[in-house]
Amino acid sequence: MSSTAILSVTGLSKAFGGLLAVNQISFDVHRGEIVGLIGPNGSGKTTLLNLISGALAPTQGSVRLRRRELTGLPPHRIARAGISRSFQLVRVLPSLTALENVMVGATFGPDAVWGAEAAAIARALLERVGLGGRENAMPEAMTYIDQKRIELARALAADPQVLLLDEWLAGLNPTELRIGIALIESLHAEGRTILMVEHVMDAIRSLCDRCVVMNAGSKLAEGSPEQVLSNHEVIAAYLGDDHA
Amino acid sequence: MIFPMQRREVIAVVASTAALALLAGLPLADDGFWLALAISIASYVAMATAWALFSGPTNYVSLATAAFFGSGAYVVSALAETAPWPVVLVAAALVGALLALATGLATLRLSGVYFVIFSFGLAELIRQLVTYYQTQVTGSVGRYIFVTISASEIYWQLLGLCAIALFTGWAIQRSRLGFALRVIGDDETVAAHSGIDTARVKVLLFCISGALIALVGAVMAPRFTYIEPQIAYNPMVSFQVVIMALLGGSKRLWGPLVGVIPFVLLHEWIAGRFPNHTHLLLGMVFLLVVYFVPQGVSGWLEKAWRRIRGESA
Repeated sequence: MSSTAILSVTGLSKAFGGLLAVNQISFDVHRGEIVGLIGPNGSGKTTLLNLISGALAPTQGSVRLRRRELTGLPPHRIARAGISRSFQLVRVLPSLTALENVMVGATFGPDAVWGAEAAAIARALLERVGLGGRENAMPEAMTYIDQKRIELARALAADPQVLLLDEWLAGLNPTELRIGIALIESLHAEGRTILMVEHVMDAIRSLCDRCVVMNAGSKLAEGSPEQVLSNHEVIAAYLGDDHA
Repeated sequence: MIFPMQRREVIAVVASTAALALLAGLPLADDGFWLALAISIASYVAMATAWALFSGPTNYVSLATAAFFGSGAYVVSALAETAPWPVVLVAAALVGALLALATGLATLRLSGVYFVIFSFGLAELIRQLVTYYQTQVTGSVGRYIFVTISASEIYWQLLGLCAIALFTGWAIQRSRLGFALRVIGDDETVAAHSGIDTARVKVLLFCISGALIALVGAVMAPRFTYIEPQIAYNPMVSFQVVIMALLGGSKRLWGPLVGVIPFVLLHEWIAGRFPNHTHLLLGMVFLLVVYFVPQGVSGWLEKAWRRIRGESA
């Protein structure tokens, strides 16, 4: 199994003073897989994502991409190694056009594409996420889902080996949610490897091959969505002991 | 916007080359008051443009201008009698760049007001160090500068520096470095997570900016004849450069240019008419400008230009 693991997280911990936000987490993400990272609010999902993307340095443990050690590297080195991410609260670049926003991913990512070539990649990706023809629009004048599309296209422009999505589907209305799920499904179909933090259960059921459940910083369960979502401990963690 | 040179850019290059050639002819017409005024304007245009190269896109307000300017001047006082002039200039640029490198590595992790205060403290620290060195080691605080350079030659060199600063800014804007800077200015977190080494980009820009300002200090040094730390590291230089660049607008390459010219002219006029209240009146003018033209003269001009075009179209 570990032969096809692209991303390996081993014994990863993060302490903020006396608080263990992430406690000895280990799991693998395999090529072409969508892994869901779920758990109640405050269980450490985003912190774990921040440890993988380099926004935070782990207190203990390691993160490896294929066999390459990424633990403790600054975010720009991790991005260049092939891990791209979106942010929980959407982060577009307000003074750049939609096209330029997406070009950022291609220009400073692992392939360091520049000029007309980066523009061509960005144009194709805008088309892909449903923003064809909006190249020169400014992100501030766009709707929330369109800003999220830009962010996704920017992450994809780096042609990452692993894509980290932090609640990319949060805050979308039901119609937008369907579009969003279809978009991620199409990424799955083309063989992208994705690790996604998500709360939307429909999305987790329909998209994820596997789920890692976290509670209070620790790994509670791992398995297919059906398995983990019927697990008593998982239900107890989400809803309290009475419901389990 | 980023790639092939557009017609507008070609026009801008041709127009600025012509303007430069025209300005270079000024010493032939007058070598007194107007030349002195032109030297003052050219030195501030070069410094404010160099300042905005770094501070415009990164939003790090640097008050270290005097540190670079003064160090450039001191390189001249130390080397001018022994080394040929081009070597002196190269040495000044290197000192400026190294100073920026050292401070950049130490301070660019600071943000906002902390960086402002540190950069100001740096200029003061260097001034005190030079004073200490001179009183302890050389025994006298001041130094004479004996360089036989005419005012016209200083003016031409400053014009050259203005051209270099503007060309450098233009070249950066078209490069990956310039693209990285725009991303950093918008959102540093996104920049880092997209693969930009934000610390390196900022330090590199600070070095380019520091080297250019040190060069202005070196070229201006012979004007002083006699320098001491109080003169070379005058903090007013730092403040005036910031005010001029903000007055013009630091988001456009030509912004500082349109800020410096009215500021220097106004300064001359007020200093001539009200010598005892110069800074008071300048301060009041600056308040009014910030209140009524917050986006700088360049932003105001662009808006006016769009309005004119909109009405005629």
